[in-house]
Amino acid sequence: MSNLPEVKQLVGHLFRHEAGRMAAVLYRMLGTANLEVAEDIVQDTLLKAMETWSYHGLPENPQAWLYTVAKNKALDFVRSKKRHELIHSQLADVVHSGWALSASVNNLFLENEIQDSQLRMIFACCHPSLSEESQIALTLKVLCGLSTLEIAAAFLTSDETIQKRIFRAKEKLREQQIKLEVPNPEVFPLRLDSVLTILYLLFNEGYHTTNESKVRLDLCEEAMRLNYLLLQSPTLRLPKVQALMALMCLQASRFPSRQDNNGANVLLEYQDRSLWNRELINRGFLYLKEASMGKELSDYHVEASVAAVHATAKTFQETNWKQLVSLYKLLYEMRPSAIIAMNKAIAVGYAENAANAIEELLSIKGLEQNHFYHAALGNFYQQNGDKMEALKWYEKALLLVRSCNNITILKMKIDSLDNG
Amino acid sequence: MEKFMLIFHGGSDVAPEMQAPEAMQAHMQKWFAWIDQLRKEGRYVGGEPLQPTGKFIVGKNKVVTDGPFAEGKELVGGYFIIEAKDLNEAIQISSDGYPDFIFDGKVEVRPVQKM
Repeated sequence: MSNLPEVKQLVGHLFRHEAGRMAAVLYRMLGTANLEVAEDIVQDTLLKAMETWSYHGLPENPQAWLYTVAKNKALDFVRSKKRHELIHSQLADVVHSGWALSASVNNLFLENEIQDSQLRMIFACCHPSLSEESQIALTLKVLCGLSTLEIAAAFLTSDETIQKRIFRAKEKLREQQIKLEVPNPEVFPLRLDSVLTILYLLFNEGYHTTNESKVRLDLCEEAMRLNYLLLQSPTLRLPKVQALMALMCLQASRFPSRQDNNGANVLLEYQDRSLWNRELINRGFLYLKEASMGKELSDYHVEASVAAVHATAKTFQETNWKQLVSLYKLLYEMRPSAIIAMNKAIAVGYAENAANAIEELLSIKGLEQNHFYHAALGNFYQQNGDKMEALKWYEKALLLVRSCNNITILKMKIDSLDNG
Repeated sequence: MEKFMLIFHGGSDVAPEMQAPEAMQAHMQKWFAWIDQLRKEGRYVGGEPLQPTGKFIVGKNKVVTDGPFAEGKELVGGYFIIEAKDLNEAIQISSDGYPDFIFDGKVEVRPVQKM
């Protein structure tokens, strides 16, 4: 008995990633009329794997094992159906030929076809006819293999709400007979923009979330994984796709330093920059360089450049604040928003002086509920030596903040008023 | 050392948490760890998962039926044969290691009849 092989451990997120890959293949195979069937097949396949592998350990090739089970389940389903029930399915034409059917099914499980299925699915999940929140929920469920409970936890909402969103989204895909295809970005630029927006939102949700659930890092990772998938396609390897990837790499490089040992958030100013992930920074710069080859300048380019300025600064004080001011100015012209105006004002505070920052900040409308805004004003009043005013803004920030990490930071700021 | 059969009723395969691929994988790792431990201690003889379907053959007339199978949470999902000093140790091994208690799974510990 002692010569039994060691139980192999499964690394990474095999189940989750394979759930996404199998779902994409099965959706394409069975058509939008059978989305639930595709989901059930994925779920049953993983359950069977869990049950069997729990007792017997991992098979030689876990991925191939999963695909064989999923293929057989899909074949059983298709054989039980008539041709007219498989509208929009890739298999409608071969359903009556046993050999051609299983060859077609096998073919769809080849690596490059899986990637192609995933790309088609990204464009379907991020279809502009779906609401943004539905696009996000559907992408996470179908492509990233997250359960509705996990999605609900990430977005601080109920399982039921997420289930409804996904249900409605799938209804719409069916009703509008949305084809599973990769639209040519030259002809349909909005379709690609919509995909990029969703990836951007996903990443930001993971990055800036006020919610401390574990899922946050996963959201960033998934957004990067899908963006990487887009870059694998020659037609989609466009400057703005690369710029978004650059942005994500550069932002993600700071993850190791964004929380201290107690899990509390650490502000950029106090982060241990030696912890920043150099490899991600280097990759970010490579993508940014490639992104700059084209003629196009997207918001992602500018945002990635902002992240690049921070990534190259040896210390917070040595940051090139002047460059940040001009980048935020440019970004504001492209996409005017109060948040960008706030970031620009903060950069002005470091590039010029606190008084100018305060003046700019006070002129911004629409951030009355944003605790960062109040905290920034507190910060610059403090720098200007106006303790009373600083305390007023910090206290307002404290009232608005929802995450206990940020409460700790603000309390420290308030304490520092006494010591300063 | 004596042989014991651990019979697992219900458990993770019917748990709603197992809708999440990530959770399935994490749970499977616990089974891996348990079997690994038993193997290292030289206690693991064998085990198999069982499919949820099957047949019943009943009575003199050997009537074959589909049931009555208990509902999912009672169903036998699989078994292990392990070696332990006595029943108490086998019970201890099960309570320490069986990963499905959190999903209301049950373990039936039965000594294998000696010759």
